[in-house]
Amino acid sequence: MKPEYQVWAEELKKEFPNANSALMPLLHRIQTEEGWLSSEVLDEVAHLMGLSTQYVESVASFYSLFYQRPVGKKVVHVCVGLSCMLAGSDEVMHRLEQKLGISEGETTPDGAFTLLEAECLAACDLAPVAQVNLRFQGPIHPDEAEALLSEEVSKQ
Amino acid sequence: MSQASHYLLRNHDIENIDEMAVYRAHGGYEALKKALNQYEPDALVELVKKSGLRGRGGAGFPTGVKWGFLPKDGRPRYLVVNSDEAEPGTFKDRELIEKNPHQLIEGMIISSFAIGANQAYIYCRGEFLFGYETLVRAVREAYEAGFIGKNILGSQFSLDLFVYRGAGAYICGEESALLESLEGRRGNPRLKPPFPAVAGLYGMPTIVNNVETISNLPPIVTRGAEWYASMGTEKSAGLKIMSVSGAVNRPGNYEIPLATPLRSLIDDYAQGMKPGYRIKCIIPGGSSVPLLMPDQLDTPLDYESIVKAGSMLGSGGCIVLDDTVCIVKASHRLIKFYREESCGKCTPCREGTYWMADVLERMEEGLGDANDLSLLMDVADNISGKCFCPLGDASIGFLVSAIKHFRDEFEAHVTEHRCPLGAKVYDTANN
Repeated sequence: MKPEYQVWAEELKKEFPNANSALMPLLHRIQTEEGWLSSEVLDEVAHLMGLSTQYVESVASFYSLFYQRPVGKKVVHVCVGLSCMLAGSDEVMHRLEQKLGISEGETTPDGAFTLLEAECLAACDLAPVAQVNLRFQGPIHPDEAEALLSEEVSKQ
Repeated sequence: MSQASHYLLRNHDIENIDEMAVYRAHGGYEALKKALNQYEPDALVELVKKSGLRGRGGAGFPTGVKWGFLPKDGRPRYLVVNSDEAEPGTFKDRELIEKNPHQLIEGMIISSFAIGANQAYIYCRGEFLFGYETLVRAVREAYEAGFIGKNILGSQFSLDLFVYRGAGAYICGEESALLESLEGRRGNPRLKPPFPAVAGLYGMPTIVNNVETISNLPPIVTRGAEWYASMGTEKSAGLKIMSVSGAVNRPGNYEIPLATPLRSLIDDYAQGMKPGYRIKCIIPGGSSVPLLMPDQLDTPLDYESIVKAGSMLGSGGCIVLDDTVCIVKASHRLIKFYREESCGKCTPCREGTYWMADVLERMEEGLGDANDLSLLMDVADNISGKCFCPLGDASIGFLVSAIKHFRDEFEAHVTEHRCPLGAKVYDTANN
């Protein structure tokens, strides 16, 4: 564990009337650093927050953006909301699965990509839309879906 | 109908209005000065009541009335802005925070002054990374300019404002689940009453308002309650941002006076259907509301008229389904959304959405049987009114109305053992 995690925890606790509110901001910050939240990390967070590990796990597991398994360098979320489905998101997902040789929910063996479904990303004006490391890309023509994978994106 | 000017979506008219200097050059933070100099807090609550502003997140509750529910008992109060926009078809709050963040922040400072809150939070959807960064930057600019912090503009009023990031959970758009999440817990809804105005964040009196609702405050303070109430109808006053998507020529957000006909939103604002497409049906207010049919296009878009037509204005997410869309496939997709997003607390919602998704999937694949339609209605009936929060009821709004209007199409899937529209079924891992 990095020593700055304790500094972050103390900083964030001061932002709220109740220190418990610092939990999710701390998880976000550490996940950005580590890429995902291993059980060791969750243990450490519990210790820094003065909470039980079980409690921290129960919170982390509720939210889809807290990754409890390693993810690829690029996490591709394809929006499958109704507006995106009307605009061809099924085909976008299908093409990406073919290209990467994995199914939705999986990570490529080389650790480069994780492919995930996203429920409506509130960007239906860009349908069909996707996010690469949470940066919006769209509209995506199915024939050009592969271009998503070479998109340069900043760190989350 | 091309609008020369906007009130909420001024980013359509003014480039870079997300920047403090540009926002101020166009009258930004003047409403805050006016509010602090010319109004007592109670007078601002009255102003909002008189304007007729109602909650734009979906429920449509009168904003000033909600503010009036705060008990006057000296306990700390909080303002929480709900920016957890995730209702399928709705994308107005994303635009408001990404393109015009200072309007929201100015509205929050005015609202906090009105309700007597010295701490305010924006709960920003986790997926909105750019929106979050934009808000954090704009809040920092507002601190530096002295609009947030101690003794704002030389007044006795002080405020701290924090941008909090969610982490992917539709249910956190429900106000009590949002508060749970903001307190560092799983986003399970709370029992109501007590409502947040009485016992909200950390058990204290709390007002939870939507981004669009609060973004209305600067123009209302600048132009007055009469100006706002002069638009729309007596019960549905003012402006609403409608998000239009589907096979229209120009999908996007449009700011309309309430009571603008649905036809005008689609034909004039969104510039009609793409060549070769005709309207099959319309979801007027986000995926949780019943559909409207093409013969209802003259329905005025205000809270009361849409209820009369059998649906709801909801969040203003208008999805236009065209005649190539299979109604079973569309229903299946929406039910899968609610299945994914159910928090799992209540059995009817948790199990019912799985069951309905399975039935719709086999119908779409041509494997349904004669009982499936009545089975769907039976499961829907066992969800209706039997869940702790509105998510369960929301899951069946579209489906039940779809079966009512397109029963033949559902039945054809069973009798013909295939999709009569030839919709492609994809075999993905999470089908």
